[in-house]
Amino acid sequence: MNKVYETVIGIEVHVELNTKTKMFCRCSADYFGKKPNTHTCPVCLGIPGALPYINEEAIKKCMRIGLALNCSVNEQSYFERKNYFYPDLAKGYQISQLVKPLNINGQLEVEDESGVTSMIRINRVHQEEDTGKLTHVGSETLIDFNRSGVPLVEIVTEPDFHSSAQVKDYAKKLQQIFRYLGVSNADMERGDMRLEANVSVRPVGQKELPPYRVELKNINSFRFMQAAIEYEIKRQIWVLERGETLTQETRGWNETKKETYLQRSKEEAHDYRYFPEPDLPELKIDTLQLRELLRKQLPELPAQKVKRFFDEYGLNKAQIAMMADSKEMAEFFEEAVKVGSKYKVESIKVANFIINKKVNIEDINPEQLIKDIVNQNTGMISDEKELEKVVKEVIDENSKAVEDFKAGKEVALQVIIGSVMKKTKGKAEIKKVKEILEGVLKS
Amino acid sequence: MTDITSLTLTQTLAALKDKKLSKEELNKAYLERIKKLNPSLNAFLFVNEDSGEIPVAIKDLISVKDMPMTCGSKILENYIPPYNATVIDRLASQGVSFCGKTNLDEFAMGSSGENSAYGPAKNPWNLVKVPGGSSSGSAVAVAADMAVFALGTDTGGSIRQPASLCGVVGLKPSYGRVSRYGAQAMASSLDQIGPITKSVADARLVLEWISGGGGHDSNCHAKPFVTLSETKGIYSSASPQNDRMLKEIKVGVPKEYFGKGLDSEVEKVIRDAIKKLGDLGAEIVEVALPHTEYAVAAYYIIMASEVSANLARYDGIRFGKNRDQFGDEAKRRIMLGTFSLSSGYYDAYFTKAARVRTLIKKDFDIAFEKCDVIVGPVSPTVAWNLGGKINDPLTMYLSDAYTIPGSLTGIPGLSVPCGFADGMPVGLQILGKHMDEETVLNVGEIYENVTDWKDKKPNMSS
Repeated sequence: MNKVYETVIGIEVHVELNTKTKMFCRCSADYFGKKPNTHTCPVCLGIPGALPYINEEAIKKCMRIGLALNCSVNEQSYFERKNYFYPDLAKGYQISQLVKPLNINGQLEVEDESGVTSMIRINRVHQEEDTGKLTHVGSETLIDFNRSGVPLVEIVTEPDFHSSAQVKDYAKKLQQIFRYLGVSNADMERGDMRLEANVSVRPVGQKELPPYRVELKNINSFRFMQAAIEYEIKRQIWVLERGETLTQETRGWNETKKETYLQRSKEEAHDYRYFPEPDLPELKIDTLQLRELLRKQLPELPAQKVKRFFDEYGLNKAQIAMMADSKEMAEFFEEAVKVGSKYKVESIKVANFIINKKVNIEDINPEQLIKDIVNQNTGMISDEKELEKVVKEVIDENSKAVEDFKAGKEVALQVIIGSVMKKTKGKAEIKKVKEILEGVLKS
Repeated sequence: MTDITSLTLTQTLAALKDKKLSKEELNKAYLERIKKLNPSLNAFLFVNEDSGEIPVAIKDLISVKDMPMTCGSKILENYIPPYNATVIDRLASQGVSFCGKTNLDEFAMGSSGENSAYGPAKNPWNLVKVPGGSSSGSAVAVAADMAVFALGTDTGGSIRQPASLCGVVGLKPSYGRVSRYGAQAMASSLDQIGPITKSVADARLVLEWISGGGGHDSNCHAKPFVTLSETKGIYSSASPQNDRMLKEIKVGVPKEYFGKGLDSEVEKVIRDAIKKLGDLGAEIVEVALPHTEYAVAAYYIIMASEVSANLARYDGIRFGKNRDQFGDEAKRRIMLGTFSLSSGYYDAYFTKAARVRTLIKKDFDIAFEKCDVIVGPVSPTVAWNLGGKINDPLTMYLSDAYTIPGSLTGIPGLSVPCGFADGMPVGLQILGKHMDEETVLNVGEIYENVTDWKDKKPNMSS
C-alpha cells in the first residue's frame, strides 16, 4: 500500500545569529538566561516614535550563509513589513523580506538512509527579526522582550525532500555549516535553530504538487522532527486510502503519545499584508565586491573538508564523519596528524585512536595524543593516571611491605615495585613507578 | 520690556544677548499668556510651568522624556515617553526648553484639528473657525504668541496648512532632512518634522538647529542644514541686495493649482503675491504638474497603508487602552490601509498608488528644469467654520490637494503669510527642489521683508 505514494517535503529553518547586537537596535543580542526585559530599548519594545536601523554584522552573516549554500546575492534587496497581531510582536509587524530576499537560488547535497545523495534546491535565505518570548504561568502570560529584534535568518527550500532521513541529514548539515561559519550556536534546544517541515504525499507518477500541505511546527530536536514526519506520512496515506481529502493545516508533535496533533486549520490562515518597510532604505549591494570579500572570509566548509580529508588522509566515510564533525575536531585532528608525521604515526591511526579511545579534545593536546599513540605502539603505559591507579592497588594489597618501608626497610620498596611490574606485565617504566610510589607513600 | 511675546525667535535671542530681557521674564510672559489664552484656544494639551530657557511648544506626538504624550488620542491618555526625540535633544542643546505639548488631530490625521480626542484647538483670528491641521495647536500657539516657536509634523500638509490658516510661517523640510526618531509615525515614507514660526528667518534658524541625521533614522543621512555664508544675514533686514537676489530666481506657477475648488478670494491674494515676486525681479514661468489630480487618491492609499501598520502596536496589550478608544478618522484610515494591502487588492491599490507617486515625482523633476521654486496656494480656502466639514471626510481630504503632491515627492515646502481673504489669513506655498531649503527660504524671506503680513496679529484682547 505504501509503495503507491511518494512523500513531498519542503523545509523552513530559522536560525538566530550570534551578533553582538540586535537586528534593528543596539541592544545586546545575547539574551539567553538573562533577567527578563533587561536587554530592551524603545526600538525593540515598539515604543512610539522609535525607528529601526540596520545591523551590518547581521547582513554580512546572512550573506555568508547564503554563499555557503551556493546562493546568488540580490543586488537590490529590501525589507518589508509582515503584519500580524501577537502579544510577543511589539510593533504589530515583523520586519522581514518577501519579494527581494538577500540570497536566492542556492543548493545543498543531502543523503538518504542508504547513502544515496540528491540535491536540494534552496529558494531563499532572508533576514528578519525574532519576536519576544511568552511564558504562561497559570492563567497569566508574561512577555520577555529580550529576544525581540534578535537577528533571525530564514532558509526556505523547494519541496525537494522525499524522506525523513533526507530532512534529518539536511538539518544536521545546516547546523554544521552555521557552526563552521561561526554565525550561530544553532542549538535546537535553546531555540537558536528551529525547523518547520511542509509535508504532503502524492501518488507515484504524479508530477504536480499535492493540493495541500501540512506544516509541522515547534519541534525542537532532529529526532522528534524525523519521528513527526514519519508519523505524518503514515497518517496522510491512511487518510487518503480511506478516500478522504487532506487540507492545509499546522500540526505539532506530541512526544508522549508519539503522534502529531492539529494546531491550526486553513480557515485561520493569515493574510500578512506585506509591503516595503518605509523606515529602511533599500539595501544596495555591490555584489562583486562584497561576494569577493565574503568569500575570502569563508572558512573551509564541511563538504569541502570531507572531500579533502578523503583525498589527503585516505580516511573512510565513518572516520571523516567523526573527524570533520566540528571545526574544532578537524583542527585538532590535522594538528595531531602533523605532529604524528614526525613519529611515523599515520593519519588513519590518529583518527582511529581518537574514535576508539573516545578522546575528548578539550582534555588533551595533539602532542600528548601522539605520545599516547607511540607508547601504545611500544606497549608502555605512559598515562600517569593509569599508572597511579595500579600503584595504589598494589599498595592496598601489600600493606606489610608498606609498613616495612615506612619503618625504614628500603628493600620493601623493591617488593612493591616488583608487584607493580608484575601487574602491568612489565609495561611500566621503573623510574616512573618509583617516582609515583615515593610521592604516594610520603604523602 | 513690553510685548515680550510678540518677538520673533531671532529678536528674542538678540534681546537676551543684549540683556534687554531675562529668561525669567521671557518664561513668565509666555506662561501668563498661555494661562490666559489656552482655556479659549485649547492649543496646549500639557503645559510645563518649569520651562526656564527659550519656551517652545511641541506637537504632542513628538517624544519629550518624562512629559505626557497623547498623540491627540485616548489610546495614549496616560503614556509618558521614556526618551527624547532626536529633535528634542538638538533643541535642548541650543538653549531651548519646552513650555508645553500642543493639540493635534488624533495621530496627525486631519486637516482641521477637530479629530483631537481632547477637543479642537480654535483659530485665534476667529474662534468659530478651525485652525487647520493636523499641527493645529502648534500653529495656534505661535499665531497667538503662546510660544516663541513650535514644532509640528507634516505628512500631507500638516505644518503648511495650519500655518496658512493661522497666518504664521510653516516649513516642511525635505524628506530625510530632519530625523523622525521619536515622533509617532503616521506615514513613515512621508512624515517630516518642521518648524512653525513667527518669521521665515526663524524657520531658517530652527531648521539649522534640528536638521541632520543622528543615526537613528535610516532615511535621514543629510548633513545639518546650514545657510550659505554669503547669503546669511542678507535677508534679516530689508537690504537693497534683496532685489538683486530675486532677479536670479525663476518662479514656476502650475496651472493645476488654480483650477476648480480654489476660492476666488484666495486666488486673488495668491495672484497678488506672485505679482509681487515678479515686481521683486523674479522671472515668473508657467509650469505643468499634470498628475496633480491623482495625488490625493494615491496619498490616501499609501498613507493609510502605512498607518495601518504604524498603529498596529496599539493593540490593547501594552498601552493601557483598548482599540475601541481610537477615534473615527483613525479607525477609517486603519481599515482603508488594511484593505489596500490585503491579498487580492494590493496590486490594484497599493502598487498602483506607488506608480502614481512616481509619476508625480517626475512631474516635479520636469517642472524644476524650468524653475527654481514653484509657488501657489497652500489651501484652496481660508479657515472654515468648526464642524463645517467634519461629517464629510472626502471634502476634508481635498483641502490638502495642494500640499499632498509635494509630500509624495519629498520636497521642501514653506507657507508664508501673504494676505487675507474674508478677514482670515492666506498662506503662499513655496515648493523647492529636494534638499534645497535654501532657495525656498530665500524667496520666502525676501517676500516677507517687503510685505508687512508678519506684523499682523490676531486681536486676542477681548
